[in-house]
Amino acid sequence: MAGTTLAEKLWRSHVVPTGEAGEEDLLYIDLHLLHELNTPVAFDRLDRAGRRVRRPELTLGTEDHNTPTRDIRRQIEDPAARHQVQLMRQNCERHGIPHYRLGEMGQGIVHVIAPELGLTHPGMTVVCCDSHTTTLGAFGCLAFGIGTTQVEHVLATQTLPLRRPGDMRVTVDGVLPAGSTAKDLVLALISQIGTAAGQGRIVEYRGEAISALSMESRMTVCNMTVEAGSRAGIIAPDETTFAYLRGRPHAPSAERWPAEEAYWRTLRTDPDAVFEREVHLDASTVRPHVTWGTNPAQAVPLDGVVPDPATQQDSVLRQAAERALDYMGLAPGTAMREVPVDAVFIGSCTNSRIEDLRQAADVLRGRRVADGVEVILVPGSEAVREQARAEGLDEVFAAAGIELRHAGCSMCAAVNEDRLGAGRRAASTTNRNYEGRQGKGARTHLVSPAVAAATAVAGHLCAPEDLEA
Amino acid sequence: MQPFTAHTATMAPLRRSNVDTDQIIPVRFLTRPTVEGYGENLFNDWRDDPDFVLNRPEHAGATVLVAGTDFGTGSSRESAVWSLTGWGFRAVVAPRFGDIFYGNALKNGLLPVRLDLGAVEVLWDLAERDPATRVTVDLQDRTVSAGGRSWTFPIGEDDRRRLLLGLDDVDLTLRHLAAIERFEATRREGLPTTTRGDLGGLLAR
Ligand code: SF4
Repeated sequence: MAGTTLAEKLWRSHVVPTGEAGEEDLLYIDLHLLHELNTPVAFDRLDRAGRRVRRPELTLGTEDHNTPTRDIRRQIEDPAARHQVQLMRQNCERHGIPHYRLGEMGQGIVHVIAPELGLTHPGMTVVCCDSHTTTLGAFGCLAFGIGTTQVEHVLATQTLPLRRPGDMRVTVDGVLPAGSTAKDLVLALISQIGTAAGQGRIVEYRGEAISALSMESRMTVCNMTVEAGSRAGIIAPDETTFAYLRGRPHAPSAERWPAEEAYWRTLRTDPDAVFEREVHLDASTVRPHVTWGTNPAQAVPLDGVVPDPATQQDSVLRQAAERALDYMGLAPGTAMREVPVDAVFIGSCTNSRIEDLRQAADVLRGRRVADGVEVILVPGSEAVREQARAEGLDEVFAAAGIELRHAGCSMCAAVNEDRLGAGRRAASTTNRNYEGRQGKGARTHLVSPAVAAATAVAGHLCAPEDLEA
Repeated sequence: MQPFTAHTATMAPLRRSNVDTDQIIPVRFLTRPTVEGYGENLFNDWRDDPDFVLNRPEHAGATVLVAGTDFGTGSSRESAVWSLTGWGFRAVVAPRFGDIFYGNALKNGLLPVRLDLGAVEVLWDLAERDPATRVTVDLQDRTVSAGGRSWTFPIGEDDRRRLLLGLDDVDLTLRHLAAIERFEATRREGLPTTTRGDLGGLLAR
């Protein structure tokens, strides 16, 4: 009999034996994360049914989507956004759920704060009302996004009835060239396999290039796994994982640590396990990438050109490409490097951690943002912001003409007041370049923090190496 | 949840693939605190176009949406489903759905029907040629029929049963409370709780 995948092991170890056989397993949830945008309806239904939160101490709330990034002490202007934040605070308070408020240490984008607080240990099950929960699979846990009805279900029962997804494996061998980042790696991967390759599957990443990535870079890769359609991404824990966790507020105590680490070390896919689908990527071929269209698979190397839809054989993909170019206002054959931008956004759960800010600062040091380019730089958490200040990155940014703002999702989803106007074009370190994602009619090019920073300086899409010394 | 057995209605042909949840309901409309009212903003940013299918009088009252492949991809927002149900849709037919959307639809009594692109194209043609064409989506025998043709669609047995009976998931699970408690007693001690600890170790190293 074939061996077992890591994902399957984690799944099995969380199945509550109910004595009932069905297509679905009742899965126990170790950590339930909440943010203010997708949860009010869940609490409303819970309350109407007269139910309580079963395990508030396995639940954590934050506010990130609706919150301002500049003047955080004043009242939130948009009444609907203000109301949602208020509801979040009330709901958490009423049900005894720990919650981090805007501006306080611990607050930030849900997928950024959970690891930072040391809440995501290998071997856990983690859910959140947000598709980018896949980020947390970087720790060797099963982490996936759920809908609001499921939020209500987890609040009430700490479990979820689910069908086990299939298994897919992405092996990334070779060494990532200097100048290419985890973001480029994952954009290159998605452009090859498409936005539906991982549907109904958990993707395990392995290989030399994955092992070499820092935890923060692994999070970037797992974050964008959902853009390949997958339920979750997972990376087996190793020394890098353990080193990241050690000393964090919710890491195991010194006393418990040896037992936990010994258990974590067992979390591996058996050598003879079989995957439904296997994909191989050679990291040494990955160059800085940029999207030209309106889904994350529509990406090319930065030194490439806007592809011609006419060369696309598949009619569905061709029509999607035509529509995308129309929306993006781009002509086939245009060199990506010649595309001018109006704005640059550095932030989001994909690229707003301290390493991302350091990457941006390295490019911006001693340089200035091009005239007419608006740069919005938003750290993923208050802790990242504090760390950036401690390292003096805020001064590098200020000298370049960029303000280090307060933590939140900001212009990634443009639910708060940070929005891009219709027809305006941005290089963004985010994860979705959908129509209207950063504002109605706004055009988004997904890039790494280094490319975003270089683009801010040049005023058109470019890599750091293109800038004059 | 409203049970779904069989539904006969006219169709709204949405000839587009990759309709992500940001298009179904743009993120700026996600601020309603209850499920009511989301229907108003269904496909909000496409509704400026008078030719958009939901604006066309001949398709008014259609409660079966027929869309291209990869419907409901992207963000996990369940409001994508509430905006469809709020508008009045009872079923969405497409060759392929975003995973989370598919699950959310089932949990809100909106039947997601997977049919291959060929069948979808037949339905599009039928609805465009004669908008009064009625389609029947029957969950009991898992079929879609229109214009004298009929197709079978796949759906999980548990999902089908819950939808047919309109059962509430939480009640179903709480029947297993004792089993959940027994499982909890076996959880490893080192697992974290969210109880606020010392945030001193928070800064990145
Ligand atoms: S940063 Fe963007 S993708 Fe991440 S949780 Fe916030 S809105 Fe979603």
